[in-house]
Amino acid sequence: MSDANEAANEPIAVIRTPISLDYHYSAGQSASRFLRAIAQGKLLGQKCPVDGRVYFPSRGACPQHGVTFGDEVVELSDKGTVVTFSIVRVPSENIPLELPYITINVLLDGADTILIHVLDAKLEDVRMGMRVQAVWKPKEEWTTSTANILYFRPIDEPDASYDSYKEHI
Amino acid sequence: MAELTAVVGIGQTKYQAKRLDVSMPGMIREAAERALADANCTWKDIDAVIIGKAPDLFEGVMMPELFLNDAIGGAYKPMLRVHTAGSVGGSTGIVAASMVQSGVHDRVLCVAYEKQSESNATWALSIALPFSLATVAGAGGYFAPLVRGYIRRSGAPEDTGIRVAVKDRQNALRNPLAHLHLEDISFDLVANSPMLWDPIRYLETCPSSDGACAMVMEKASLASKRSGKVAWIHATEMRSEPTMFSGRDQVMPRATLDNAAALYKKAGITNPRREIDCAEIYVPFSWFEPMWMEGMLISERNEGWKMTYEGATAIDGDFPVNMSGGVLSSNPIGASGLIRFAEAARQVRGLAEKHQVDGAKKALGHAYGGGSQYFSTWIVSSEKP
Ligand SMILES: [Zn+2]
Repeated sequence: MSDANEAANEPIAVIRTPISLDYHYSAGQSASRFLRAIAQGKLLGQKCPVDGRVYFPSRGACPQHGVTFGDEVVELSDKGTVVTFSIVRVPSENIPLELPYITINVLLDGADTILIHVLDAKLEDVRMGMRVQAVWKPKEEWTTSTANILYFRPIDEPDASYDSYKEHI
Repeated sequence: MAELTAVVGIGQTKYQAKRLDVSMPGMIREAAERALADANCTWKDIDAVIIGKAPDLFEGVMMPELFLNDAIGGAYKPMLRVHTAGSVGGSTGIVAASMVQSGVHDRVLCVAYEKQSESNATWALSIALPFSLATVAGAGGYFAPLVRGYIRRSGAPEDTGIRVAVKDRQNALRNPLAHLHLEDISFDLVANSPMLWDPIRYLETCPSSDGACAMVMEKASLASKRSGKVAWIHATEMRSEPTMFSGRDQVMPRATLDNAAALYKKAGITNPRREIDCAEIYVPFSWFEPMWMEGMLISERNEGWKMTYEGATAIDGDFPVNMSGGVLSSNPIGASGLIRFAEAARQVRGLAEKHQVDGAKKALGHAYGGGSQYFSTWIVSSEKP
């Protein structure tokens, strides 16, 4: 039997059938306002009419109370507190970051929800309660995208107390 | 009043990294036929089929239940697909049970599966949501910060997770179906394994497995006539909650606490630690053992780690957990919840072989999924309620 025949008789265990997906996502009013603001370097949150908590980024409605937010917006600082974190040493095909990297759940000053982002710091320095600030792209590159914020970095402020952020873990 | 229902047949495949010898339909049929054989049934004895699996994006097969219809004997019968993320196996068992409990069907087959070798779950779980940055590498990336939060609030010793991993991996050595059999498992082996998502080490995480699990359930008037051992379903309970809202306790979500309280109330249990003989809990990362001991109201708040430390959760402890080796030893994601439910049933039937807890009469099966936002649980017993 020839090699070609032998190859033909090999059982096929797995075949690859790649697909690609393009999404057309409608932002809606609330996210559109948020994205237009971030193109100006502003971070806009929204208040829940039930408990007054500030959601950032806001998707226009409260997941807990099932009510839509009004038109009132709250401008937030780009400084915040590391609520909790992880150091990631596992690659993923759709995350273009160099390993290892630090992911943080950060509570922006004035917000009552966490944002998951990346921290540029020495691995041994990161800790819960650490104060951080956003590092932005050069102004001329700003678009209607959260990618305007590249990452966070530590700032020279005393750590926040555990009690001030513990309910956001 | 709901019809009393029993598990009368259980079938599982051997869990392993790659089942290249079978297709998806072949793999689930293997589990289903074993469950039918255990129940002393044939395909024609089944009134309806319930199938569960995790997100379609894992294998990239959209609506797999359609092409699996014939393999699970669904042709010309009611067939229903269940999805509740990682907890789906548990929910599949609960939906199947409810089909009988409601009086709609007399005997139902349920099957849950995942073929991770044909999948890239970490990729599928790392897709960027619109307008946010993709930084969370897979489930471990999501849960590691929450584990850190648990350690901070409970003051648990840093090696608690290592102890859980050693215990579950030792239990797996008793279970021939488990994917991972680490003969040389030791504290040092786990402690020295690479840190993947700090504070979660490689040997504190679940593997990627291929496998399927199936169960046959039937109403009491049929099950009572059987000479073989059955597992009576005393109670089932499910809860969900949103992934993110302000002030959400992600470490100890309200949905788990509500779910546990409602489950025990239905089952007439007032002291779960004393009244339940053993539990199979969904622990994909070792720290979730102490977290769900608290989340299932078995331990006092912030003291779940003590159960691990005191050896209570060991197979010879006073509250054995994950006798089969758990999710840490086998993780065909969509099936993982149903495997937990099946192990609880095997224990009370007295058919758990080398991982049998002596005299187990009442057992808890548990699954969770999503961002700790889906919970599925049941209590089964060797005795009727
Ligand atoms: Zn609200």
